[in-house]
Amino acid sequence: MTDGIVSWGVYLPYWRLRRSAIGASLGGPAGRGCRSVASYDEDTTTMGVEAARRALACLDGPVPEDLFFSTPAPAYLDKTNAAAVHGALGLPGWARAYDMVGSVRSSVGALRTARAVAGDHRSVAVLSDLRTGLAGGPEERDSGDGAAALVFGGGDDAVAAQWVAHAGTTAEFLDRWRTPGETDSKVWEERFGQEVYVPLVHQAWTEALKSAGVVAADVDHVAVVGLHTRAVGAVRTSLGVRHEAVVADRAVTVGNLGAAEPGVALADMLERAAPGALLALVVMADGADVVLLRATDALPAVRESRRAAGLADVAVQAAADGGDLPYARFLTWRGGLLREPPRRPDPERPGAPATWRSTPWKGGFEASDCRSCGFRHLPPARVCLRCRTIDEMDRVRLADVGGRVATYTVDRLAFSLSPPVIGAVVDFDGGGRYRCEMTDADPDAVTTGTRVELAFRRLNTAKGVHNYFWKARPVGAPGDAEVDGGGNA
Amino acid sequence: MSSNGIRDRVAIVGMGCTPFGERWDKGVDDLLIDATKDALASAGVSLDDVDAFWLGTLSSGVSGITLSKPLKIDYRPVSRLENFCATGSEAFRNACYAVASGAYDLAMAVGVEKLKDSGFSGLTGIRPVGDGTDAGLSSPAAFSFLAPSYADRYGVDPDELKQVMSHIAWKNHRNGAVNPRAQFRKEISMETITRSPLVAGNLGVYDCSGVSDGSAAAIICRAEDAHRYTDNPLYVKALSFVAGPGGGSIDPDYDYTTFPEVVRSAEDAYRQAGITDPRASLAMAEVHDCFTPTELVLMEDLGFSERGLGWKDVLAGTFDRDGELPVNPDGGLKSFGHPIGASGLRMLFECWLQLRQEAPPERQIATVAGGRTLGLTHNLGGAPGECVSFVSIVGPERTD
Repeated sequence: MTDGIVSWGVYLPYWRLRRSAIGASLGGPAGRGCRSVASYDEDTTTMGVEAARRALACLDGPVPEDLFFSTPAPAYLDKTNAAAVHGALGLPGWARAYDMVGSVRSSVGALRTARAVAGDHRSVAVLSDLRTGLAGGPEERDSGDGAAALVFGGGDDAVAAQWVAHAGTTAEFLDRWRTPGETDSKVWEERFGQEVYVPLVHQAWTEALKSAGVVAADVDHVAVVGLHTRAVGAVRTSLGVRHEAVVADRAVTVGNLGAAEPGVALADMLERAAPGALLALVVMADGADVVLLRATDALPAVRESRRAAGLADVAVQAAADGGDLPYARFLTWRGGLLREPPRRPDPERPGAPATWRSTPWKGGFEASDCRSCGFRHLPPARVCLRCRTIDEMDRVRLADVGGRVATYTVDRLAFSLSPPVIGAVVDFDGGGRYRCEMTDADPDAVTTGTRVELAFRRLNTAKGVHNYFWKARPVGAPGDAEVDGGGNA
Repeated sequence: MSSNGIRDRVAIVGMGCTPFGERWDKGVDDLLIDATKDALASAGVSLDDVDAFWLGTLSSGVSGITLSKPLKIDYRPVSRLENFCATGSEAFRNACYAVASGAYDLAMAVGVEKLKDSGFSGLTGIRPVGDGTDAGLSSPAAFSFLAPSYADRYGVDPDELKQVMSHIAWKNHRNGAVNPRAQFRKEISMETITRSPLVAGNLGVYDCSGVSDGSAAAIICRAEDAHRYTDNPLYVKALSFVAGPGGGSIDPDYDYTTFPEVVRSAEDAYRQAGITDPRASLAMAEVHDCFTPTELVLMEDLGFSERGLGWKDVLAGTFDRDGELPVNPDGGLKSFGHPIGASGLRMLFECWLQLRQEAPPERQIATVAGGRTLGLTHNLGGAPGECVSFVSIVGPERTD
């Protein structure tokens, strides 16, 4: 029996902050490249949803029955963020969802757990991170935001990469730390961490190779991941693999994605590997983990179905030139600049019972189609707007259906963390119209007819309640069909 | 559906209206007392003569006690109503029906709103706890869909349409400039209007109505009793009110160039009043010009202009104070101000002044002297695609 990865999805947010913009504002060195930035209406949950939607978009067959969500920047404590992801994916009520909150290492835990429970059913690990740091610091400059999702299966599933071996080590030492509520990590002197990490990696590496019955030279692709840049560099050159086997990271284009990085690195290798190739993932976080995977003959077909679904590869997403975010807006979004609010009431907190009753709508963007005349209602209605038939409706999920802008307006009065609000009337492919907010959009670039897709976002936060719902996003942002050159039905 | 109407069965015999505006000096109670005191004096009656009360307010109070307590009403029925921005008209409509039914001899309709005490810009919501999925565009944004849709459908150049919108604002400011009760009593140049900062879509600050405080009231009796109170009553010819199914924002066939609710309520009102050509029959109209494109679309929905030609009539001055059919001669929501619950009754107050030729000479409309006798009020609540609409027709002559 083989088991391993059957599908994957990566989400890198639209926005890029040029490192030179930081230098220009704060008077420091210019810096090279850019970092990815989650928009003001995104968090680790919404990014996780987008990554998981992509992983499921090209996946035939049963839905994952277990979901593990890993992040060091959870939107909630004492409330399961994985449940919000579960809701937005429209997973059935009997599917389980769990958070794994903590350091980068939790992501390896999520991957291993998802793999361990998969077999007779599928499971998915969703890894997401949003990294801020202090203004002008290396954390702010060198980090990025993003998410990855990996679906595991076994049995008769068409596994794209077989799980071959895992080995790990753990050490309690003070390398990098952050207490809850803070946005910036503290680190000890770099050379100390390097000294501790390198032997921990080598021990795990040797163990993993041994248990797989292979040698370092057999490894075709290896990705070395960790927030300790110096140790990552040292490990890359000391594993004994062929020089060309070491996969480049995305430090220049998007930054280090923290807890999402192991998933993004795996996805990147899966998008490059030939059938039969041996892949290695090395993660350093308070110890080391080494995972070995073997690309299967099913991998090209999986990649083909991803292309057909219009999903962009990691490399394409990372190279996208998104938005050129002004540094002041980045600071505003992250709470570093306290801005004068509009003279408008604060948003209202959604009610728990009303939200619970509308879960299929709020989470899954479900419409109702009249059985009598076919009219499509958003949100679902009991009485047909066109023919007035009562309680004769079929439900249909539209979250993954594209559409076009029928008309739009730029609202400079409505409350927003990033005004102005763009309101768009969207006609969905195959029927259905809804008026919603647009996001990741330039007000001057939107026109009647603009192609859009839905994105799961945080409308606002009121009294500590994150109000998640769907917005329309122009197709053409990273990860979309137009960037990839793929089809777009 | 049948809407039988109560043509000429009830009459307005007294009205009062406070100045609208930023009334920092007056509370809700003061505004209510001021408007009702004037209305009672105008009808020559005392509070004890009024048998029942209908109070319209969106958010300045709940229950009839909002009125009975400041006025010290002694144990009589007071209903409190709300129907979006048509709240004042709804108070009037219900009071008329109560009198027509014979249940009461004398009724009062009063509307009030105190918006400026909130400290916020624009309107604030009164929505119940929900699931948080209502994106909540601001009112100007919701109405801003009208302009580009209209331009697109009828092939009007967007810049020319902006001129049409500015003309409406210019006209209503010009009308309000000579009205001592209006919130904004200053003429504004076309250039200033056109160049005002954008609020939503291509709506500038001057395309939006005033946020204000104010109150207005009417005393209503059976038509046959009207002359006991005044020599110059206004008879109610038609009252129509409709709430639409609210599906415009999900209906791909809806194109944001019309308010179907307004079309229906206008048809109903014209039928009740026996009007076939409103543009030729009416002496004046007070319409719900919450935003300038609204007034444009209303000219067509109310049957004053042919579809797609309203913009030309606007530019031709047809609806100016000295035009063929004066629209919003008191300044409208635009410059008289829009204290939600009071607006519908404020519109009737202008009919009360103009049709009885009591408006000061500098702003008396010529159509009345020219022989036209009917006035129309139109009050809208909600937004394009999801609204309520009220139309009334009143006149000083009883035809039966």
